[in-house]
Amino acid sequence: MLESDTAAERLAADRASLQPTGVDRSRSVAERAVELALLASALVSVVTTLGIVGVLAFETVQFFQRVPLTAFLWDSEWTPLFADKHFGVWPLVAGTVLTSAIAVALALPLGLLAAIYLSEFASSGLRRLLKPSLEVLAGVPTIVYGYFALVFVTPVLQRVIPSLAGFNALSAGIVMGIMIVPMISSLSEDALFAVPIGLREGAWALGADRLATVFRVVVPSALSGILASVILAVSRAIGETMIVAIAAGQQPRLTLDPRVPIETMTAYIVQVSMGDTPTGTLEYNTVFVIGSALFVLTLGMNLLSQRVRRRFWSAA
Amino acid sequence: MKHEQLGRRILERAFVSLCQLSVFLPLALLFALVLHLAGDAMGRLGWQFLTSYPSRRATQAGILPALVGSFYLVTLTSLLALPIGVGAAVYLEEYGRRGRLSRLIELNIANLAGVPSIIYGLLGLGLFVRALGMGRSLLAGACTLSLLVLPIVILSSREALRAVPHVIREGCYALGATRWQAIRRVVLPMALPGILTAAILSVSRAIGETAPLVVVGALAYVHFLPDGLTSPFTALPIQVYNWVSRPDQDFVADAAAGIVVLLVTMLALNALAIGLRARLERRTY
Repeated sequence: MLESDTAAERLAADRASLQPTGVDRSRSVAERAVELALLASALVSVVTTLGIVGVLAFETVQFFQRVPLTAFLWDSEWTPLFADKHFGVWPLVAGTVLTSAIAVALALPLGLLAAIYLSEFASSGLRRLLKPSLEVLAGVPTIVYGYFALVFVTPVLQRVIPSLAGFNALSAGIVMGIMIVPMISSLSEDALFAVPIGLREGAWALGADRLATVFRVVVPSALSGILASVILAVSRAIGETMIVAIAAGQQPRLTLDPRVPIETMTAYIVQVSMGDTPTGTLEYNTVFVIGSALFVLTLGMNLLSQRVRRRFWSAA
Repeated sequence: MKHEQLGRRILERAFVSLCQLSVFLPLALLFALVLHLAGDAMGRLGWQFLTSYPSRRATQAGILPALVGSFYLVTLTSLLALPIGVGAAVYLEEYGRRGRLSRLIELNIANLAGVPSIIYGLLGLGLFVRALGMGRSLLAGACTLSLLVLPIVILSSREALRAVPHVIREGCYALGATRWQAIRRVVLPMALPGILTAAILSVSRAIGETAPLVVVGALAYVHFLPDGLTSPFTALPIQVYNWVSRPDQDFVADAAAGIVVLLVTMLALNALAIGLRARLERRTY
């Protein structure tokens, strides 16, 4: 009884000596407060995501309360700004697919060949100079590319293709392709460069020349990394706005003809935003519906690209 | 045998030339773009262009409200995005390492970086302009751009913090510093060149953004200078878009001149970033 009492007393005394003094305690409170403030900053990005999803979902639900989903998916016309309203999304999707396809058809060979050159053939000094130079292309504001497509590329192309309209998918797609070249070249180059030198040496030892080594060994080994870069570039093309808004036109039409004016999903959002559409109207809702489709599409591709990329780097 | 080897040689040479062409073609187009722009802009660039309001007559139009608008917009965006972005980076690098929550935040930031900028415009329209009642104001535009550049600020600030060796922190702790003291007095100053670069890169990105501002409701024809946070506004790329989309050929020259001003500003900012970085990195600790 007596012994345990002294034991308890001793324990209490020990605890008291371990208690922080006043200065220490205020210091640890301040430390905690700083940590919480920093955590709050980090959480802003989570709130941003929730905000995007919330805003898009809210307006999309409102839209589908007034327009049935079947009208959105089975109509072949998109005319929400006219008196005779149709809400078929496919003309806008066709415009987006067309311009993106042209862009990727140009950027894929250019970007991939540039990546092979930088990784396999260029000297390291040239590589250090050329890689950032190509990346400048991705840093130019898109409004500048839009100007370039409309004022420079379209007139030049019209000399070759007389039937080309002033606004068309071809010019916009080509210029967009130039813009996304560095996305493919830089990320693919990273993947090619990461292929172990031993694999190349093995191929050379077996008598393969440099071309055979590149195409039979290096490119196949880096294939998933290259694929990831291409998916990312496609996603970027789908979400690109100003080039197509300026140079591709504002006429939603269900066509794959690159010579005529079309309208992409992003360009539609710009078109409505430039006008005076009162909030809460059906026209106002359509912008968010198209935005939702765009968000889901690009997010899906980005996630896919990350997945493919992770597989490559864990295999490498 | 000899013939076969020669054939291979030629094939390889041809392939390398094709590769070189693929590198130089985009660069040549960029060069053509700059030349073409300079040619178009030549007649309009001048003091009058920088100090005039937009006009119905192309030769009297100017970019003063757009220039002032862009300046306010970028200043506000930096004030909002930098503290939050650097704070988030410090949390993820120094506090939340390997935790479940930070993994979620990291994944989230990686995905936000890939969201098209026009979607941020829709967020700004729904959240800042409408739900929070800011209207189509300078503040709403700046808030929208801040969220847009936040992933860039966070990602590059983290890189800068990661470059500070871990032993430096341990040295601080050994001297009795708390975690925040070590960060504030030692780690952040050492990471400053990298963080400044991040700041300038994000600012230069914000200057060129058009689509989100169109959606948030920047005006295309402004005859006054913004006089406060709630003022309507225009910005340099918006003014350019307005001129590009007019059929009148004379306005194309105005658009080109506006683009030249935009690009020169961005180039100057990037040069500043490189210069600052080189200067600060020469400091020894």
